[in-house]
Amino acid sequence: MSATDDNTGGSPGARLLEVEDLHVEFRTRESTASVLNGVSYHVDAGETLAVLGESGSGKSVTAQAVMGILDTPPGFVTKGSIRYRGEELLTATEERRRGLRGENMAMIFQDALSALNPVYSVGFQIAEQFRFRRGMSRRDAMTKAAEMLDLVKIPNAKQRVKEFPHQFSGGMRQRAMIAMSLALDPDLLIADEPTTALDVTVQAQIMDLLDELRRERGMGLILITHDLGVVAEVADRIAVMYAGRVVEESDAESLYARPAHPYTEGLMASIPRLDQKGEQLASIKGLPPNLAAIPAGCPFHPRCHRAQQECREKLPELHELGAGRRSACHFAEELISSD
Amino acid sequence: MGRYILRRLLQLIPVFIGTTFIIYSLVWAIPGNPFAGLCGPRGCPPSFVEQMTEQYNLDKPLPVQYVLYLGQLFQGNFGETFNGIEVSTLIQNAYPVTIKLATIALVFEAVIGIAAGILTALRGKGFVDNLVLAATLFLIAVPVFVSGFVIQVVLGVQLDWINPSVGSDPTIGELLIPGFVLGSLSMAYIARLTRTAMFENKRADYIRTATAKGLTPRRVVSVHMLRNSLIPVITFIGTDFGALMGGAIVTEGVFNIHGIGGLVYQAINKQEGVTVTGVVTLLVLVYLLMNLLVDILYAALDPRIRYD
Repeated sequence: MSATDDNTGGSPGARLLEVEDLHVEFRTRESTASVLNGVSYHVDAGETLAVLGESGSGKSVTAQAVMGILDTPPGFVTKGSIRYRGEELLTATEERRRGLRGENMAMIFQDALSALNPVYSVGFQIAEQFRFRRGMSRRDAMTKAAEMLDLVKIPNAKQRVKEFPHQFSGGMRQRAMIAMSLALDPDLLIADEPTTALDVTVQAQIMDLLDELRRERGMGLILITHDLGVVAEVADRIAVMYAGRVVEESDAESLYARPAHPYTEGLMASIPRLDQKGEQLASIKGLPPNLAAIPAGCPFHPRCHRAQQECREKLPELHELGAGRRSACHFAEELISSD
Repeated sequence: MGRYILRRLLQLIPVFIGTTFIIYSLVWAIPGNPFAGLCGPRGCPPSFVEQMTEQYNLDKPLPVQYVLYLGQLFQGNFGETFNGIEVSTLIQNAYPVTIKLATIALVFEAVIGIAAGILTALRGKGFVDNLVLAATLFLIAVPVFVSGFVIQVVLGVQLDWINPSVGSDPTIGELLIPGFVLGSLSMAYIARLTRTAMFENKRADYIRTATAKGLTPRRVVSVHMLRNSLIPVITFIGTDFGALMGGAIVTEGVFNIHGIGGLVYQAINKQEGVTVTGVVTLLVLVYLLMNLLVDILYAALDPRIRYD
């Protein structure tokens, strides 16, 4: 499964991040939940990888494991590999990983209001990185912070840098969050549902901003979302996650044209469409599996309308379908050839 | 902010009038003759009672008495006790002692309480956490007069490390142990309050953000976690200091400290209405000012709170 990875990418120097067969467990006194069960994906410099999936599919946990900010306990990485520019992170020292955070990889979070510290000014929270990572003076760091706010197109940045998170509107707060993540000029940006808490017009602005900044800086962007609409516009590649696994990986165009996994199919069918107005919205029946008791075989089989006996017994591997497409469905080939 | 403070200060006026009136009427409403025990077992001569009654306006109706008293108070005259001692002199003697004792108690409870709270929150579940939880539960469960007497007997009488009876005009050193006893209950509350607040904030989103920025764990805790966690603790400490400034009847009694608590207690026993009203009114004002200070501090710590 991993050996094929090397054939798909471009120049090896451009491979920013590789996650391979990552397993994470959440251990509580009562039970152990297998939150990640062998996640593999990679991101190249300058590329946008969208990670799609329902809540609880492990999108954010993977990102937290990459950043090294998983809450431990309860979260434990039990197996796998995370490599940044070829360097193994899971065996790296905590000091080395802290050094990478902010500097090489940064993350923005869903709800900027709770993700920003309410008692410090926005400028203070951006300037902090210049002061303690770059050794700048308080004054210089504040000037740099204002420049960062300007970069993310916050009007009147010099004034607003002194304001507190609650004095910002939702969209402006998320911009400030982006400014904060970009302060030390990372090559990899992980955006964990950056637009979920925002209204639709602001969503588009934030996505455009992220896309623009990615292009300007040649960053790799991991965009975690459950919004297929957001993905269509900006993603180069898409990884669809279900029950702690990547079940389909594809370039955006092919995936939209013809999904290679029934789960992706279901996700796409559940987008409301104008020409079906008045009809009931399509949904994927059932609920995502309890991660403490994932069904045998393909974890999606209880909800899958194509499920056969094989699906109940045998876990499908994520396998190559050609042209950088991979799917973890026994019937992936049939799915993309038939219609 | 300035207008808010001014408004709060103006609010003190009706509160002042209200409390003085209530206290004044309550003290004089206590049954019994204030001169009954004043002159020994034989009682006071009628001429003396007559003179005192006139001097303290006791023959006039209560509202008139009150207005006369208030008039004196506004001229800076707290009045005299039945023994002819100026109440202001009593306050001048007792209040510095109370302020010293309260400050010592405050330092103990804040320093030890916050440190214990932070320590347990950072270490997580384990020996230290259990130790602090058990110790604080013990402090909360044991009344101050018990812990006070035990410490007095053990440290003061048996080991002879401290002076078991402090007396008037005490030094800071003499007040250390009484201050510790006085602050011990609040110390337990502060430890638990800090611990809970830190635990809550440990998993806060902004802590994760601070970690994701690559800040050192020390900075994440001391800058991002601590300030948020201390907001409720500071509120508690401020209010508690206001209460401590009102004197500590039990602790003062155990260690024979001549503070404001004992003064009020004795005055109530002797039905010294003038003393009680004067002192308690002063305490009420101090308490209200402390509360105002807490509110201002609260706004300084949490920028989301604005008073205009």
